[in-house]
Amino acid sequence: MKPVKKTFDIIEKKQIKPCYGLLKLYAPELAAGAKPGQFLHVKCSGTMDPLLRRPISIHAVQRSGKTISMLYRKAGRGTSMLDSLDKLDVMGPLGHGFNMSCSGTPLVVGGGIGAAPLYFLLQELSGMQMQVDVFIGASSSEHLLAVEDIKALGHCVRTATDDGSAGYRGPVTDTCLPYLNKDVQVFACGPVPMLKKLAGDMEENKAAGQFSLEEKMGCGVGACLSCVCKTYQEKEKEYTYSRVCVDGPVFSAGEVVWK
Amino acid sequence: MNKNVNLAVDIAGIKMQNPVATASGTFGFGNEYADYVDLSRLGALVVKGTTLHPRQGNPPPRIEETPCGILNAIGLQNPGIETVVNEILPHLQNKNVPVIVNISGDTPADYAKLAQKLNNSCAAGIEVNISCPNVKKGGLQFGSDPESAAEVAGAVKASTNLPVIIKLSPNVSSIVKVAEKVARAGADALSMINTLLGMKIDINTMRPSLGNNFGGLSGPAVKPVAVRSVWQVYREIDLPIIGIGGITTAEDALEFIMAGASVVAVGTGNFINPTATMDIIENLEKYLIDNDIADIKDLIGRAH
Ligand SMILES: Cc1cc2nc3c(=O)[nH]c(=O)nc-3n(C[C@H](O)[C@H](O)[C@H](O)COP(=O)(O)OP(=O)(O)OC[C@H]3O[C@@H](n4cnc5c(N)ncnc54)[C@H](O)[C@@H]3O)c2cc1C
Ligand SMILES: Cc1cc2nc3c(=O)[nH]c(=O)nc-3n(C[C@H](O)[C@H](O)[C@H](O)COP(=O)(O)O)c2cc1C
Ligand code: FES
Repeated sequence: MKPVKKTFDIIEKKQIKPCYGLLKLYAPELAAGAKPGQFLHVKCSGTMDPLLRRPISIHAVQRSGKTISMLYRKAGRGTSMLDSLDKLDVMGPLGHGFNMSCSGTPLVVGGGIGAAPLYFLLQELSGMQMQVDVFIGASSSEHLLAVEDIKALGHCVRTATDDGSAGYRGPVTDTCLPYLNKDVQVFACGPVPMLKKLAGDMEENKAAGQFSLEEKMGCGVGACLSCVCKTYQEKEKEYTYSRVCVDGPVFSAGEVVWK
Repeated sequence: MNKNVNLAVDIAGIKMQNPVATASGTFGFGNEYADYVDLSRLGALVVKGTTLHPRQGNPPPRIEETPCGILNAIGLQNPGIETVVNEILPHLQNKNVPVIVNISGDTPADYAKLAQKLNNSCAAGIEVNISCPNVKKGGLQFGSDPESAAEVAGAVKASTNLPVIIKLSPNVSSIVKVAEKVARAGADALSMINTLLGMKIDINTMRPSLGNNFGGLSGPAVKPVAVRSVWQVYREIDLPIIGIGGITTAEDALEFIMAGASVVAVGTGNFINPTATMDIIENLEKYLIDNDIADIKDLIGRAH
C-alpha cells in the first residue's frame, strides 16, 4: 500500500518486562495493507525536542480488529516518551518488508528486540498453514521477547540466553546452526554481531535468507541518504551504500557487507 | 469567503507560484516525497547536490540528533551529473514545478563544467553549493573565503545562461563580505544558510559520533542564525534571497520573508513533517487573508 502520514489513536498500552512496551493502534488501513518487515516512522513527542521521528517495526496485525501493535524497547529519550501518548503521529508503512514468496523452508532467527518484526512474519506464515522453526535469543530472560505469543501461533520455538537464565546458554546462532542448509530460507532480525555470525554460518552451509537491518534515520523515505548500509551489487565486487529506509530494511543476506 | 491573495514570486527570472521551495539534500529528487506532497504545488524543487562524478559519500553513522536539530555528514552521495541530466531530470520535466539543481565541485573549473552540463536540461536554475561542510576538498573552502567564492560564482556565471543562485555558508566571520563579492561576480540570487559546522561525541565509545567526525547542524536550532544572516545580507546587497534554516511552519517562513527573503526553503522540517511545505503554503495564504494583505511580496523585508 501507499504509505500515509496520519495520527492514530492508541487503544492499548502495555508494559512488557521492565524496559519494553507495547502500543496498539486503531489503524484500519495499516492493518489491511502493511507487510511483515515494514516499519512506521513515529513522532515521540509533539515538540521539537526530540526532533526526529523514530523507526519502529510493525510487530503484529489484528486484521479483524483493524489494529496493529508495536513492541518497543525503551532505549533512550524518544522511546521512553511513547507510553505517555494517547495518539501517535506516524508515517508508514515504510520500506521493503520480507519477501515471503522465496523458495526454501522458513527458519526464523531473532535476537533481543529483533523479535518484534518477526512476530508479524510468523502471524502471516501461520496464516499460510506453515509451522516453522523459530530461534529467539537475548542477553537474559528479562530480554527474551514474544516467545509465548509465537508458540501460541503453533510454531516451534527454541530459546537461548547469554547468561543461561532461559533456554540454551550461549548465542542464538549456536542453536540454529544445525538447521542451516541449502533448503532453508532464513528470516532474521537482531543485533549486528548476531547477524554477522549468522551470515557466516549461512554462507558455509549454503543457506539463503533475509536480514532486517537498523540504521539511524532522518526522512524515512529515501530522500536524505542518512540511513545507509554497505551492500554489494554483485558479490565480492565494489560495495555501494544502500538506504535502509527504502532499499531495506530487509536485505538479502548475501547482499550485506559486514566490514 | 476565499479572497484572492497573491503568493507568486519571481526570483532571478524563475517564476514560482508561491515562495516555498525544498532545501537541497533533504528532499532527494522530489519523487521520494510524492506520496505526501503534490510536487506541482511547490514553489520550486531544489534537488540533491550533484558533482561531476558519482560519489559514495561518507561512512555511517551519517546523522545524529541534537537539541532541536540534527547533525548530518552525508558527504554528497550522488549519482553524478551525467545520470542526473540524462536519467533523473527528464522525469521531473512533466511535474510542472521549477527544478533548481544544486551543484558542488572541487575546483572552479568543476563548477563551470557542471553548469555547462545543465544548459540543455530542464533545470530552471542552478544553486551553487560553496558551503558544504561534509567534504574534504572544495565545498566550504570556497564559501569561507570571499575571493574563492567570487571565483566560483564567476566561473559558473560564464558557463550558463540559467539563473545562478549562490548558496552561502554561515561558517564565516562576515556573511555580508562573501555576499558582496559573489554579487559583484555576477550572482543572480543568494540562498542562505547552509549548515553550521558541528560535532557530537559518544561518551560510551569515547569517540566522535559521526563517521566523518564533523557534521552540519540544521533544524530549528539554527533558525535565529539564518534569520540574522538574511537580515544582514538584505540590508547591504541588492539580490533576491532564498531563506533557509530551521523552517517548519508558516510563522518561521514569515520571519525569513520579513527579514528579506523572497523565497524560503524547507529542509530538516520535511523529516519531521513530510507535508511541511504544503502546510506552510496553506498557512501563508491564510495569514495574508487574515491580515488583509493582497500580495506576499509586500512582506519581503518588512521588518527593516
Ligand atoms: C527499520 C527499523 C525498525 C526498528 N524497529 C524497532 C522495533 O520494532 N522496536 C524497537 O524497540 N526498536 C526498533 N528499532 C530501533 C529504534 O528505532 C531505536 O531504538 C530508537 O530510534 C531509539 O530512539 P530513542 O530516542 O529511544 O533513543 P536515543 O538513543 O535517544 O536516540 C537518539 C537518535 O538515535 C536514533 N537511534 C538510536 N538507536 C537506534 C537504532 N537501534 N536504530 C535506528 N536508530 C536509532 C534515534 O532514532 C534517534 O534519532 C528499529 C530501527 C529501525 C531502523
Ligand atoms: C541530510 C542533509 C543533506 C543536505 N545536503 C545538501 C546538499 O547536497 N547541498 C546543499 O547545498 N545543502 C545541503 N544541505 C543543507 C540544506 O539544504 C539546508 O541549507 C540546511 O539543512 C539548513 O536548512 P534546514 O535547517 O531547514 O535543514 C543538506 C542538509 C541536510 C540536513
Ligand atoms: S532516512 Fe532518509 S534516506 Fe533513509
